[in-house]
Amino acid sequence: MSEQGQTTEAAPEEEAPQESRSRQVLREIAESSSMVVFMAIVASMLIGGVLIIFADEAVRDSAGYFFSRPSDTFSAIGDALGSAYSAMFNGAVLNLEAESFAATIKPFTQTLTMATPLIFAGLGLGLGFRAGLFNIGAQGQILMGATVGGYIGFAWDLPVGLHLLLAVLGCALGGALWGFIPGVLKAKRGAHEVIVTIMLNYVALYLVAWLLSLDAFQREGSDNPISPVVAETAQYPKILGVQFNLHLGFVVALLCAAGVWWLMERSTLGFRLRAVGANPSAARTAGMSIGAATIITMVIAGALAGLAGSAPVLGTQKFLTDSVAGSLGFDAITVALLGRSRPLGIVLAAILFGGLQASGPSLQVNAGLPVDIVVVIQALIVLFIAAPPLVRAMFRLPAPAHEKEVAA
Amino acid sequence: MTATVADAPAAPAPSVLIPPKKFGPSIALGVIALLSLVIFGLGTASGASTTFVVARSTDFVHLPTYTAPSRLAAILLSLVGLGLAGWAAYRANQHRKVGIWLPVVYGMAIMGALLTWAGAGRDATSIQITGLLTSSLFLAVPLVFGALAGTLCERSGIINIAIEGQLLAGAFLAALVASMVGNAYVGLIAAPIAGALVGLLLAIFATKYWVNQIVVGVVLNMLVVGLTSFFFSTVMTENGDLNQALGMAKLPIPLLSSIPVLGPVLFNQNLLVYILYVTVAVLQVMLFKSRWGLRVRAVGEHPKAADTVGINVNRTRVRNTVLGGAIAGLGGAFFTVASGLAFGKEMTSGKGYIALAAMILGRWSPRGALAAALLFGFADALRAQLGAIGSPIPSQFLAMFPYIATIFAVAGLVGHARPPAAEGIPYKK
Repeated sequence: MSEQGQTTEAAPEEEAPQESRSRQVLREIAESSSMVVFMAIVASMLIGGVLIIFADEAVRDSAGYFFSRPSDTFSAIGDALGSAYSAMFNGAVLNLEAESFAATIKPFTQTLTMATPLIFAGLGLGLGFRAGLFNIGAQGQILMGATVGGYIGFAWDLPVGLHLLLAVLGCALGGALWGFIPGVLKAKRGAHEVIVTIMLNYVALYLVAWLLSLDAFQREGSDNPISPVVAETAQYPKILGVQFNLHLGFVVALLCAAGVWWLMERSTLGFRLRAVGANPSAARTAGMSIGAATIITMVIAGALAGLAGSAPVLGTQKFLTDSVAGSLGFDAITVALLGRSRPLGIVLAAILFGGLQASGPSLQVNAGLPVDIVVVIQALIVLFIAAPPLVRAMFRLPAPAHEKEVAA
Repeated sequence: MTATVADAPAAPAPSVLIPPKKFGPSIALGVIALLSLVIFGLGTASGASTTFVVARSTDFVHLPTYTAPSRLAAILLSLVGLGLAGWAAYRANQHRKVGIWLPVVYGMAIMGALLTWAGAGRDATSIQITGLLTSSLFLAVPLVFGALAGTLCERSGIINIAIEGQLLAGAFLAALVASMVGNAYVGLIAAPIAGALVGLLLAIFATKYWVNQIVVGVVLNMLVVGLTSFFFSTVMTENGDLNQALGMAKLPIPLLSSIPVLGPVLFNQNLLVYILYVTVAVLQVMLFKSRWGLRVRAVGEHPKAADTVGINVNRTRVRNTVLGGAIAGLGGAFFTVASGLAFGKEMTSGKGYIALAAMILGRWSPRGALAAALLFGFADALRAQLGAIGSPIPSQFLAMFPYIATIFAVAGLVGHARPPAAEGIPYKK
């Protein structure tokens, strides 16, 4: 993305024949959807900056006497933005103020850790989008996955290796079950998957809240609705040593991304799912079963979302609560949209949003900004990429010859 | 019993004019009534009694406290339910519909059985009927406004998932403006503006950029959560004056509010609730009896036909979405100024999605939305009441009820929910 940004700056203005060719290349870049994505990110960061300025006390104070000493306001704006953006960089990419090498790169490993569940769930949602299904239910699927996987993790006693494997499979199973319900209701009864999945999110939430009030799920000696800590044999091992939080789940997520890529681009089943998503009537005429494709898609999407539940319950938080899914399900929608539902795009988008989230604590401590600014930026990015004409109009980019249909 | 009625010999070959027999609802009613008979009726220990408090000591008319033998009452109420299910099946067999009174009476009977069972043998506590109904209505307020907003948008063909965001934006701006001015009623003016802005964004993205409406809705919800939380944690936290807990007084309507039971429930509320009555009535009439309503519905069902007769499809959609957003925003005022609370992060906590459910269950009509929202409000109030008297039903299952009811409705297991035909499809000339 940044590479293309640089190319635009190096706009060559040479003699006629070459000019037309280089212009054409430039034009293609400016028209490309990657350019729109890049500009959408830039625009969102800028609007985020405006909010930061607006919320900064020093800026507001100095704006009170703006006309007597405008320089104060500008320096306050500069301070506010500088501290915010540097806090973001230090919190998400590299901590330049750190003493040791490990501490310097720790933010980036934290970004990858935060990206792990987003990759899983984003893959699931992206798969659904490409098959023409709008699955809003990742939240519930993550929660159910975390519940089943977490239960296997803390209640069963199994040898090393097998325990983790079963717990991870349990996560996938829980999510798959919660994906199967809307899938089968859509296929057999025509129930709209958006409504069913939204409702199932809440059913899952209250179901888990109820489970956590039972003795089988509750931590001993605690009145709070939290489960026991998952056994060490069922936890994802840390892959870069104990000082980093990055765990094996990240590798599993990358493997899943490769698997989804193979499934969608190389397998017959994937072709069928895409065909149903692109044109259900044509797919039906060609002898494909829409109902079967719907159920299979929802089960796979649910399983992937359920695996996202493994990241907190077996990797970072290591126990089950009813808030274990946080806002992952909705964040994953933005990841899938930003990644254009393609595995590589989703991995990159997840790392971007993982980075935004990882920068939260640093923003809070170093810039005194609430983490919520991250949610705003995230939502803005997706709003902008969903409407390429808007971004093109803002940055005066040329419109492509034929506009492609946006997202899902 | 219903099952046997369903097996009754079929009527002579139905002509085209006679609607088909629909036994689904009556079977469902019968099964629930039977469960009620077994669990609430026979499951109650004989000899126990339940105390119902109908009026509060502050009410104008004093009504006695009723004490009923639990087992007998629950059995009788369940039998009433069973009888009504039988009546529904009988009518279905004759290809006729039942009136609206049947589900209402049925619901009261089964709920009565449930309450009798829950309150059985608890001498220290009693079932507060008036309190239960008052809080049902109160809890239903944001749901009704939200569901009305959804109905307005979807009738014109725009899917409004952003109800949650509109409620939250309304709650935020109502608290902010009311605190700045120092008057809660000003919040009622500010709240619709915030909701309308969110609605406007939705409308622009949906009609101008043809973005998938569900995507925009979900993202707008996130955006509003982010924005309100951000300003809450920065501006509002630094200056406490900007987020005060201001309340609106109850305005009892003379005479009407002294009717026993219903008076205090319906006519001793604050201004927002009265606005709610008016909004529901006006929208019901306007949507189904006025020229404007016919046009809106035409745009939602068949935009091309509407366009052909000269209705501006996209303008209708934008106006409806903005108006819907404003109504949802007004509902958002419930959370802050109308409840006497200060703004809190994500304080709507998913009520917008329940409102969406109420819209679907209410089959995209204001009257239906009101009924469904009241049902959900009742479920919520019942949860609190049962929690207070320590019932054996886990409160989480009652909390799930609205969502499960909606899943059943959209799956066509009970009744049939059909959305406007052109919903979610951008209109491109």
